[in-house]
This record gives sequence, structure tokens and C-alpha cells, in this order.
Amino acid sequence: MTQALINGLVLGANYALMALGLTLIFALMGVLNFAHGQLYVLGGFVTYYVFTVMGLPFVVAVLASIVVLAIVGFLFDALFFRRVQQRSAREESSMLLAAGLALLLESLILLGFGEKQRGVALSVSGVYQIFDAYVPASRVVVFVVAMLAVVLFILFMRHTKPGRVLRAIAQDRDVTALQGVNIALYSGVGFAIGSALAGLAGSLLVTIFAVNSGMGTAISIKAFIMVMLGGAGIVSGAIVGAFVLGMVEALGYAFLPGSVTYLVIFVGLILFLVIRPNGIMGKPWG
Amino acid sequence: MIRSNQVWAFLILALVYIVGVPFIVESRYILGILASAAGLSIIALGAWLTLAIGRVNLGQGAFALVGGYVVAIATTRWGVSFWLAIVVAGFISAAVGVVLGLGILRLRGVYFAMITLSFTEAVRLALLNGGEFTGGAGGISRIPVPGELSLLGVTIIPAFNSVNTHVASFVLSGVLLALAVLLCWRISACRIGGVFVSMQQSEELAQSVGVNITHLRIVAFGIGSFLGGIGGGYFAAAQQSVYPGGFGVPDSVSLVLYCFLGGIGYVAGPVVGTFLLFLGFQFLQDFQQYQMLAYSLLMVALMIWLPNGVLSLSEAGWIRRYRSQHGQAGAHHAG
Repeated sequence: MTQALINGLVLGANYALMALGLTLIFALMGVLNFAHGQLYVLGGFVTYYVFTVMGLPFVVAVLASIVVLAIVGFLFDALFFRRVQQRSAREESSMLLAAGLALLLESLILLGFGEKQRGVALSVSGVYQIFDAYVPASRVVVFVVAMLAVVLFILFMRHTKPGRVLRAIAQDRDVTALQGVNIALYSGVGFAIGSALAGLAGSLLVTIFAVNSGMGTAISIKAFIMVMLGGAGIVSGAIVGAFVLGMVEALGYAFLPGSVTYLVIFVGLILFLVIRPNGIMGKPWG
Repeated sequence: MIRSNQVWAFLILALVYIVGVPFIVESRYILGILASAAGLSIIALGAWLTLAIGRVNLGQGAFALVGGYVVAIATTRWGVSFWLAIVVAGFISAAVGVVLGLGILRLRGVYFAMITLSFTEAVRLALLNGGEFTGGAGGISRIPVPGELSLLGVTIIPAFNSVNTHVASFVLSGVLLALAVLLCWRISACRIGGVFVSMQQSEELAQSVGVNITHLRIVAFGIGSFLGGIGGGYFAAAQQSVYPGGFGVPDSVSLVLYCFLGGIGYVAGPVVGTFLLFLGFQFLQDFQQYQMLAYSLLMVALMIWLPNGVLSLSEAGWIRRYRSQHGQAGAHHAG
């Protein structure tokens, strides 16, 4: 039981990174980024490549994942989303564009890194005992780094000028533009930060779960669950949703047979959203 | 609003396609992928109907699964004729859609998209864990090909195993698609179609002038689910097997993509989009490991070049200029 709860906490911290990235992009663009899972997978593969293949320290690998993903995110916005949002008659088009980009990224990952499952073994020695559960030190590292990133992200959004601008765009794009803010640039920055967070989650979790090129959609769906559970576009909601999903998943895998866990999660989510469509923390109707 | 000469033009086109293609195309493979594209188009038309009321419906995969399993269980376990089973499959899917719709159709935007996406996953996982009733991960196989349909001793449709099964499947898919297009065309061209457009723009305004939006949303979603069930039922018989992974979230997303890339402002949009992308993917097979890359590049390029769909080309400036010079009002393109 304690073991399952601790696994849930570690999962939750990393899921929070994914959910925060997704919710940031949603708040800025009004788009659920269907390519989020593929960004996570790319983050995992970059870490694998830098750490295992090139033999550089893990810290460098994590930083490399963050930088690569930030660039990819910025380019996504600059090359694709901006154009389609300007010219499309229906705003849902950008959601579908994200689905197309997910496929594009997935095929590029497949070509670049191959179809094999890749994991990273983090060599941090030591095991901690918490009550009757054993936690390897590497998981503690993963948990601490993820929580640190969550706190940094919140501080950045609350107390820095770019953070304020991003929140202003989320509230009202047009008014923010009227104040002389370079919306195009900051949308790109927001997309870059969101993608970097997904990449960081992939980079950290690749030490626990191996990644393969085909798993992106499943990861995206998980991120969607967290964001919808907490309330789309809400930072605190994303964190709550992430920890709830992490816990439920860890408990479900410990006590339920195989795929029943996710059946329960999906049925529960549908019922929950029917009763409370704005999620735990969200504004009504989105 | 539908002119009778447009209907005749459509019927002749459909007849030429259904009868003509099997004469020209000898390859079973090409006949097969054309039939699959037609089957997918039927399901995509269902997604299009929900798009018409301003909802992105990522649940079509689930309704196709429901329809497929109804046909599979009814024909293999209870010996029901395929022709009855596929109709029942459509209505059961529609019933599921109506019940689900009662709870979720007041949601909009990403909320509706996500809840229907969850529904697709929930149905897949339920079928996976359904035990002997659904056959678990392996699903149900050895579904019989459609048998004879006769009325008062007169054979209307011959048993598929007494004729060329591939041609028969192709014809069935074509006829079902033509019926589905006629249904959606009829809906979009009558008063309800106009109301749907007004609901896309503002539900509050539509409601304030006396439109019963709750009722119409259920109708649109129910018919969409019906088409999903019919399409799924067709695939169950054409492929003679069903399994939980047969339709999933990626398929549900693709179906909506087909609608968008074809052009959601047009009844023909989902059909054009499905044929273009599904056949495109098959014909890119020569690229081997670059097939997915080529396909996704093509798709993203289409979205950037024509964000309102391929059929929006008919409204491009140079075509309009051409038409006005040649005195055509574009009547030929409405179907």
C-alpha cells in the first residue's frame, strides 16, 4: 500500500510537468496539443542518446532534452500554428493541426531513433526505506527534480515579466496585444516552455519507464485526462489532476487486473465531467 | 433547396462508381481499399454531422466498434442474418449515442472532444475486458459473409459467397455510402441544416429565436452515431472479424481530420477527405519506411495551404473569376 502511494507520488510529480506544459499551451492557444505525448517521447530519446550513446553526464542529457524540445516547440508555433490560426474559419483546425504534427513528429522519431524500446539506467546508489516501502535513490532524484521544476515554473509565471505577459495573453489575447505586447513572440515562448516541460518529464521518466516511438498518443491521452480532471488552462488544476491520476494509476496497477485500471479511470472521468464539466479547479465551459 | 437535377447527377455519379469501377479495376487489392475508404467515409459522415452542430466528436471509433460487435455477436452466436444485424447495429449505436449525448452534449469545445475521446478508450477497454461475451483481446472471428436477402421468394441480394465476394463487398460499401451521403445531404439542405449552421455560430442566439437546441443536438449526435454503427457493422462483415483495437483513438482523430481536410462546410467534404487521405496513405507505400513521414507531411502541408479543406478550393479567387467569366454559378459543385 505504502509502496503504491509512493509510486503514485513519483508519477504524479512527473505527470505534473506534462500537465503544466499542456495546460500552458491550452491557455495560450485554446488548443489541446495532440503532439504533447510525442514531445515527451522525443525528450526521452534525446536523454537516452546523450546519456547512453554519447556517454555524457545525466545533467547534460536532461538539459539537452529541455533545449531541443524548447526549439521544437518554438518552431511548431512559428511554422505551423500561427499560420493556420490566422487563416482558418474554425478554431478547431488547430487541434487537428496538432494531431497532424503528432504524426509527423512520430515518424521523424521513428526514423531518427529507430523502433526499439529505449530506457536509461540511472546509476545513483542507495535505497531509502519509508515505512514498509523501499524507494531507490534514483526515484528520489527524479521526484525532487520534477518538484523543483514545478515550483520554478510557478515562480516564473507569478513573478517574472514574461510570466505575467503569458498570463495576460491567456486572459485576453486582444487586449494584451493592444498594450504593445509582441503576441507572436510570446506565443512562441509559451509553446517552447510547454514543450520543454514535456521534454523534461520524458527525460526524467525514461529512467523508470522505457520509451518507444509509438507510445506518444497514449501519453497524450494521459496528459489530457489530467488537464480535464483539474480544469483546462488552470495551473493549480493541472497539478491536482496530475497527482490524482498518478495516485489512481499506482493504486489501480497494484490492486486491479491489467487494463481494468484505465477502464475505471475513463468511465470515472466521463461521469465526473458530466457532473462537473469544468474540472476540479476550472472555469465553466472553458 | 436540393434541385432535382443535382439529385439525378449524384445518383448517376454513384451508379457509375458502383457499377463501373468493378469492370475497370481488376485488382482485388485496389477494390478492397476503395471499399474500405467508402466504409470509413460513412463513419466520417457521422463525425461531420456532429461538426455541423459545432462539436468535435472523437467518439466515432467507439460507435464503429459497437456496431461491429453487434453484427459479430448477432451473426455468429444467434445466427441472425447480416442484413437485419447491420440495421440493428445502427440503431443500437444510435441508442448508445443518444444516452451518452443526453449527458455530454451541453459541453463544448475541447471538453466535448475530450469526453468523446475518453468514450472511445472506455469502449475499447470494456470490449477488451468483456470476457467470453466479447472474446477479449482476440475479439470475434469467422463472421459469415452476408447471406441472401429475399422477399416473397424473390432474391433481392444474392448470398455473397455465391458471387465474387470482393465485388459484392465493394458494391455494398458503395451503396451504403451513397445512402449515407443522401441522408446527410437531405439533412443539411432542409430547414434543420440551416438551424445547424446557426447553432455553429451561436447556440444562445439560436435558442433565443425559439430553436430547441437540446433536441436538435441529440438528433444530430444520434444520427452520427447511427452512421458510425452502420460503418462498423460493414467492416465486421467485410473483414469477417472484429477486435477491440479495430478502432481506437487514432482512428477517431483521423476521421475528424478527414472531415476537416475535405472541408467541413460541404456534405462531400468527409467523403473527399477520406478517399484522398486513405488512398493517399496506401499509395505512398512505395516510400516504405518513409511512408508515414510522407503522409504526415502531405497532411500538414494541406492543412497549412487549405485550412478550410480541399473543397474550399471551389471558392478560391481564380476559380470564382473563371466561373463569372464563363457564366456558371457553381451549381455543379454543390453535391
